[in-house]
Amino acid sequence: MSELSTSREIDRSKMQVSDKVAIQINAMNKWYGAFHVLRDINLTVNEGERIVIAGPSGSGKSTLIRCINRLEEHQKGDIIVDGIELTSDLKNIDKIRSEVGMCFQHFNLFPHLTILENCTLAPIWVRKTPRKEAIETAMHFLEKVKIPEQANKYPGQLSGGQQQRVAIARSLCMKPRIMLFDEPTSALDPEMIKEVLDTMIELAEEGMTMLCVTHEMGFARQVANRVIFMDQGQIVEQNEPEEFFNNPQSERTKLFLSQILGH
Amino acid sequence: MNEVSFVRTEMLEQEAPPASTVGVIGWLRANLFSNALNSVLTIIALFSVFSLLYGFLPWAYSPTWAAASLSECRDILHSLGREGHFSGACWGVVRDRWVQLLFGFYPSEHYWRPVLAFFLTFAALAPVLFAEKTPAKMIWVSVLYPFVMPWLLWGGTVWTPVVALLGFVVGIYVYRTVTAAMGSLFGLIAAVVAAAIWWLFIASSVSSGLAGILELAMEPVSSRQFGGLMLSLTIGIVAIGFSLPLGIVLALGRQSDLLIVKALCVGFIEFIRGVPLITLLFVASTLLNIFMPPGTNFDIIMRVIIMATLFSSAYMAEVIRGGLAALPKGQYEGGDSLGLNYWQAQRLIIMPQALKISIPGIVSNFIGLFKDTTLVSVIGLLDPLGLSTAIRANAEWNGVVWELYGFIALLFFVFCFSMARYSMYLERKLQTGHK
Repeated sequence: MSELSTSREIDRSKMQVSDKVAIQINAMNKWYGAFHVLRDINLTVNEGERIVIAGPSGSGKSTLIRCINRLEEHQKGDIIVDGIELTSDLKNIDKIRSEVGMCFQHFNLFPHLTILENCTLAPIWVRKTPRKEAIETAMHFLEKVKIPEQANKYPGQLSGGQQQRVAIARSLCMKPRIMLFDEPTSALDPEMIKEVLDTMIELAEEGMTMLCVTHEMGFARQVANRVIFMDQGQIVEQNEPEEFFNNPQSERTKLFLSQILGH
Repeated sequence: MNEVSFVRTEMLEQEAPPASTVGVIGWLRANLFSNALNSVLTIIALFSVFSLLYGFLPWAYSPTWAAASLSECRDILHSLGREGHFSGACWGVVRDRWVQLLFGFYPSEHYWRPVLAFFLTFAALAPVLFAEKTPAKMIWVSVLYPFVMPWLLWGGTVWTPVVALLGFVVGIYVYRTVTAAMGSLFGLIAAVVAAAIWWLFIASSVSSGLAGILELAMEPVSSRQFGGLMLSLTIGIVAIGFSLPLGIVLALGRQSDLLIVKALCVGFIEFIRGVPLITLLFVASTLLNIFMPPGTNFDIIMRVIIMATLFSSAYMAEVIRGGLAALPKGQYEGGDSLGLNYWQAQRLIIMPQALKISIPGIVSNFIGLFKDTTLVSVIGLLDPLGLSTAIRANAEWNGVVWELYGFIALLFFVFCFSMARYSMYLERKLQTGHK
């Protein structure tokens, strides 16, 4: 694992954790059939927090963040996002989804639409933004992720790293208050991981509330204000990155860290 | 320096490929004579094509265009010294009967009506098939076409299509009013109910009332006078037009989480696929009358169109379901995560991709449906095949087989082949690089 994901100095001036709660999860449980995949999850995320969720595969970390925008349904406990409780009410779900951006491991861009259309689709149809304004916003965010020149190409013509940056821009076009990242760099070549992480760091520098499931421990050290370690569907340990990496408490965490940092 | 070490000091320039792999010789070598077996197969194939044409061309080249009967044909060929069973084709039957094969028993003074409807079909299809190459206003032709086409073909007062069109206006008006008051689901239900009431109970009296004031009618033509290619095209085009949207709805219904909707769709699809089309056509032509109140005269062509549409839509649903299944789950999640609701996600993300994947299957279905229209001859409608039987029963043309069926085959081939080519064009056009 790369220890440092960026060589430049990170601007921490806007990385302020406010005391306003963004996401509140109380005693949440989830089952896949009979399999108890998430067990008694309690988590409070304040605005401006940058949380990295780590853990072995199958530990439920992806499922946890997918519950936050209801891509997965939980069966017990409650999840309150931005003051709205997630229930089976479709209106609430759509409202939360338009406030919470998400990036996936496999990007999930729409291959039949151009990059620009990918970015303007949701603002036009969900937010009812006028087309011209939506295009301006899209170009703004495409410039931010440094690929405005690709706006009229199709996703299939871009590299993996570029596609992931488009996916980030597409989420940002909805002006979300919270961003979820589900292993955004796991499907990328090492060279491309850096360009995506740089984009994520810039986002963090602007004070975005972020939850990232990732194996990039360098990113966790530099950017996160909190690292959560999960195993067997439960939160095993959470701490500030410095403490988490240098002084892990649980045996399970120690084993995990020795395995991923040990080579 | 060790043994495996190597450093290139000079980069190689690009060279021309060997002469034997380019040009005509290269092509022949690669495609026809790449090895001994392929060379033998090529020669056999060329010989087969040659013998086919050697037999066919002299038969087809036969100056019998003007003949008025089969015996006249034989006389012409005899005078040329050509004898025997396959001495020459008798093209006179095509000259004599092509109009009938196109129009059936449609009154000849009104031939302009189906011809106009035929050309309007292209005008109506253009904005749908070649959206980016036609002016946006053309879409109005497509919108009005379903109302103009039946009026042109069947005639009657112009108020019938106008009042039918008004049913949609009523529906939209009710939808807007009810949606504003009670939400879009109730709006949709109320709109469908209102439009149905309009069409079933109000429309006929309104149109006859209006016709009483100002008639504006064309001479009506009854369904029994329809025939030939025109009948096949009418049934084919209307059934194709309705079976695609119905197929989409059925495919979505089959994937639905709503248990009853799903059960209904699965039941419908499996039932229709489990029954031969001929059975359905017989039901349409005979059994349906038993269930109808006595005295109702439900148009036979309409009944056939409904059956053909239902039949084709069941197959269409399965083809589209295949396209839906081929989409990665991530596409649904991508749409969901952006806050698109079910219908938006379906319309903007899922369907465009699923339909694109299913284009070859959908067009195959269209072609199959168009050819299946020839089955209507078993319930007494005179499609080209039904007419050919009648023509061959005629004293003048008794014994003509190849010329007649060949001509009918050519008519169908033109349309089916065009559809196939269009589907290939569409696939190329929608190609946006690999996923």
